[in-house]
Amino acid sequence: MMKKLKLSVQMLLISSMMFLLGGCNIPILEPKGIVALHERNLILIAVALMLIVVIPVFILTFVFAWKYRASNTKAKYDPEFAHSKWIELICWGVPCAIIAVLATITWISTHELDPYKPLDVSTKPITIQAISLDWKWLFIYPEENIATINYIQFPVNVPINFKITSDAPMNSLWIPQLSGQIYSMTGMQTKLHMMATEAGDYRGGSASFSGAGFSDMKFTVRASTQEEFDNWVTEVRKSPNALNMNDYDVIAKPSENTPVTYYSSVKEGLYQEVINKFMSPNMSDMKMSMPKQSSTNTEHAGGMSGMSDSSM
Amino acid sequence: MVNEPLINHSHGVHDVHHDDGSKATFGFWIYIMSDCVLFAMIFATYAVLHTHVYGGPNAKELFSMPFVLTETFILLTSSFTYGLAMLASNKANKSQVLFWLFITFLLGLAFISMEVHEFTNLIREGNSFSRSAFLSSFFTLVGTHGLHVTSGLIWMLALMYQVMKHGITPKTHTKLACLSLFWHFLDIVWIFVFTVVYLMGAI
Amino acid sequence: MFGILTLEAIPREPIIVGTMIFMVLGALAVLGTITYLKKWKYLWTEWLTSVDHKKIGVMYIILAIIMLLRGFADAIMMRSQQAIAVGANHGYLPPFHYDQVFTAHGVIMIFFMAMPFMFGLLNLIVPLQIGARDVAFPFLNSFSFWLTAGGAALVMLSLVLGEFAATGWLAYPPLSELRFSPGVGVDYYIWALQISGIGTLLSGINFFVTIIKMRCPGMTMFKMPVFTWTALCSMVLVIIAFPVLTVTLAMLGLDRYLDMHFFTTDFGGNQMMYVNLIWAWGHPEVYILVLPAFGIYSEVVATFCKKPLFGYVAMVWATIAITVLSFIVWLHHFFTMGAGADVNAFFGIATMIISIPTGVKVFSWLFTMYRGRITFSVPMLWLIGFLITFTIGGMTGVLMSVPGADFQLHNSLFLIAHFHNTIIGGVVFGYFAGFSYWFPKAFGFKLNEKFGKRAFWCWLVGFYVAFMPLYILGLMGMTRRLNHYDASTGWHPFLVVAAMGAAIIACGIFFQIFDIVTSIINHKKSKDTTGDPWDGRTLEWSIPSPPRFYNFAITPKVDSLDAWWKTKQKLKENGGKKEQPHYEDIHMPKNTGMGFIMAGCIFVVGFAMIWHIFWLAIVGLVATIGCVIARALDYDTDYYVTAAEVEKLENEIQAEISDRK
Repeated sequence: MMKKLKLSVQMLLISSMMFLLGGCNIPILEPKGIVALHERNLILIAVALMLIVVIPVFILTFVFAWKYRASNTKAKYDPEFAHSKWIELICWGVPCAIIAVLATITWISTHELDPYKPLDVSTKPITIQAISLDWKWLFIYPEENIATINYIQFPVNVPINFKITSDAPMNSLWIPQLSGQIYSMTGMQTKLHMMATEAGDYRGGSASFSGAGFSDMKFTVRASTQEEFDNWVTEVRKSPNALNMNDYDVIAKPSENTPVTYYSSVKEGLYQEVINKFMSPNMSDMKMSMPKQSSTNTEHAGGMSGMSDSSM
Repeated sequence: MVNEPLINHSHGVHDVHHDDGSKATFGFWIYIMSDCVLFAMIFATYAVLHTHVYGGPNAKELFSMPFVLTETFILLTSSFTYGLAMLASNKANKSQVLFWLFITFLLGLAFISMEVHEFTNLIREGNSFSRSAFLSSFFTLVGTHGLHVTSGLIWMLALMYQVMKHGITPKTHTKLACLSLFWHFLDIVWIFVFTVVYLMGAI
Repeated sequence: MFGILTLEAIPREPIIVGTMIFMVLGALAVLGTITYLKKWKYLWTEWLTSVDHKKIGVMYIILAIIMLLRGFADAIMMRSQQAIAVGANHGYLPPFHYDQVFTAHGVIMIFFMAMPFMFGLLNLIVPLQIGARDVAFPFLNSFSFWLTAGGAALVMLSLVLGEFAATGWLAYPPLSELRFSPGVGVDYYIWALQISGIGTLLSGINFFVTIIKMRCPGMTMFKMPVFTWTALCSMVLVIIAFPVLTVTLAMLGLDRYLDMHFFTTDFGGNQMMYVNLIWAWGHPEVYILVLPAFGIYSEVVATFCKKPLFGYVAMVWATIAITVLSFIVWLHHFFTMGAGADVNAFFGIATMIISIPTGVKVFSWLFTMYRGRITFSVPMLWLIGFLITFTIGGMTGVLMSVPGADFQLHNSLFLIAHFHNTIIGGVVFGYFAGFSYWFPKAFGFKLNEKFGKRAFWCWLVGFYVAFMPLYILGLMGMTRRLNHYDASTGWHPFLVVAAMGAAIIACGIFFQIFDIVTSIINHKKSKDTTGDPWDGRTLEWSIPSPPRFYNFAITPKVDSLDAWWKTKQKLKENGGKKEQPHYEDIHMPKNTGMGFIMAGCIFVVGFAMIWHIFWLAIVGLVATIGCVIARALDYDTDYYVTAAEVEKLENEIQAEISDRK
């Protein structure tokens, strides 16, 4: 019963907020994937909660400013009034209560929306390895053994597991309508999970400034039917380009506004090699055959563990 | 009512603006605290990077314990001799102050020379600060301490000159007290360096 | 001989050349005017060598205003670039230039506008509020100022010689490493911040000691004015946070100069460590800026409502709480770096807890207005504008402290809108309020209310027009620092509106300058002889404006909050009967040019290091050390003003006032 009530209150809040912000095409508020949907709802709930304090502050500011203006001699003037237990209790109490609620929501939602957490869906996921380069994105589909530059396609309602690294300055992989972002960094791997629930073309790009060609580090994400996806994979496999380490060295060089490119095959372990080459001097030679080190799949790269070794 | 005094007397009120040295000493304490934060950050960096040897040598392979132990004792002794200089300053014994300052200076100089010797050896063997992140952080941590000691030595020379010229006055005494704080502080930092870098490295 | 400095370093792009010519002509005009008016000696003896906190305060604020104009020019360039660079049109600023512009904008506004403005107000007012004759270390104060000015000069120099960093204002590696930024831009960044940062740290220690050690008799900690309290907390943050910045920048510099590997991509460097370290400084930094602004609002609201501040004790504890909490929230700047959910949630919740004491402060200001008699002078208008604007900024801030929401909002224009919302709405409005509130104290005449109000309305309206579209753009998925974008995104109309907002703010700045200029020209008409034009409550209003160089002829003694207000009431009660003052000798520091010269030497070191002119760097360093020793050996640094002289000076003021009456 309580749960139902809570849910309906939530829905009411969300729909009223949507009404207020309606009219424009605002991607973050019009999610097409399940992660982005949860994130959108979280944003709206948090805003609604905070309005409990914010709206009274607005009203009080205007009312007090108007009522106690110097020219209004009828208003009560109390030059000694500087303390009131009740008012102070409310001043501390109400924000505390709201933050307590918000903190609870934060604790739960942060764990639910942890970008490293695979989605709780029974469908078999597709893995995509993303490498941010100066200034383009290379996407490798290890299971399909194909690769693309600045373009992603996958079927709707299939969870996508992104594994992300960088061979350039720090970037951030962000597809606003499908999920929030995560950084890409050299010598490390970060992860992002998402699932489109509606077919369509969505905008993706880098959210973290990485130099001169940054503005064109954008790509299209096409969520399609499984059949269309399979056809697309077949089409990519027909591409004359194959991606080996030599080709990789060429495309890793800085270039701007790189067009969409398909690769019919990818050298095995290329993604791992890109990570490993920053790890130790033996790996710095990119032509080395197989990576010796495979300890890079650590959970949770950044943040606090930036202060510890587990990050490497 | 402009220059109406807020109070009606200022007799007997201690002139708070006269510099009695307490502000300088207190201010110097605060500076030491901020320097503490500075060292803490470098220690934290060392803690993060000390395993990032990138195929190069680690702490255990690099450092010679007896050498570092000698350095440590020299620095500790210099702290003791500085303490003796302060005792002499309390008694306003100018020649004793100068004598102990001079001994402290020599010990400090010996410490710095040993450190420079250690650094040049490491670099000559190909283990310079460019070798790995670990060595970068090692050179920076130990080097920052060394730079502090060096500036302490320059300061000590300037102070010896002032004591020679003015004798032990409240002003020179305050300055001696500040350098004393600084010198002991560097000693404490070195104990941490010794523990974190050399002892823990040797394990 | 000249390191890597060649004639090639002088930029040739028309926009930069134009700016260059403008700057050089401006500088020549200023120098020419000074020479024509034969003011060089006056300038040197009265200002450049001054150790008087009031004059140093004025110089800090002049520096802040100059840098505000530069930083704002950058803002106009960014807004206009984004307003036109849609689709095939890539605007008029190529990335090479545009990236420097947004980096310089951030660096200048934080380090060389907001920080000098804050220290300017602190210098002007804190010693007066605590009944002191100067700061604890007047020489150090002058040195700190000139270090800040030296840092600012390096940033300005990068405009005409070489380039500035094109990395974003925090210069994240590996982008800021030699491999990706081989030019001198990042070196300018490092040395400018390092030099001014040391100045800031010394100032922090100076004011901390001043407030702890030099309060007048009777002023216990809980009888200190709120502005002094917030200044104290802010200085605590400076003392703890700035060494972190020093270390971080030094390590980045070592990476670049000595081929070390703290943050490089290979050789075991760790870029995430830089991000952690820089924010361990960066987050406290925003509280360093905003706490004194909170103090200003507290002074302004009490004065213009003619009531004591509501909940003084709660206000002080809220300030202390914010001070402590500001050190355990730095990770909220990079939830998206892949820390675990536990870590993210901890830092998110710690961040939102800060909103509790901040909320308490907002309610304190509101309830000070309650049952007051509010005069809507310019400072009070800034306060009202702040209450509304900052509340919105606070709300979006708490929103972004929820990691799940931050994944979508981080690095977008929503973030940009949020922090401008708090920094303009909180910090800048506060400093402007303090500026017009304390201007008559510093100069002895008021600013023009009419133009002040026009400036306020332009700023307020301009702010909303400029930044509300940015919130929407953020929700539309527009990331920060974009040079150009596709028409299909639908962002263009919002960016055009935002550019108009910037133009409205420009009108506000124009009115402010106009206000200052006309007020100076007409200063005889708006002269304030009372020293207390707003019917103030704290000690700074108890002395004439501008104060004598020794501030207080007689050290005041207080026994309550709002000491001057209470004294005025007592005077009213006993019919204005005055006691015969008894003067004593006053101990004062002598002016010295050493601060200016030392900072000049350090500036030379910075410049030489940027251009790899190592012999010059060594010369500069040796000169600096020589100056420090020379200063240490100089025992003739202060003097006494005799009681008779004080009496003479005080009687002069009395006579002047009677004349006017």
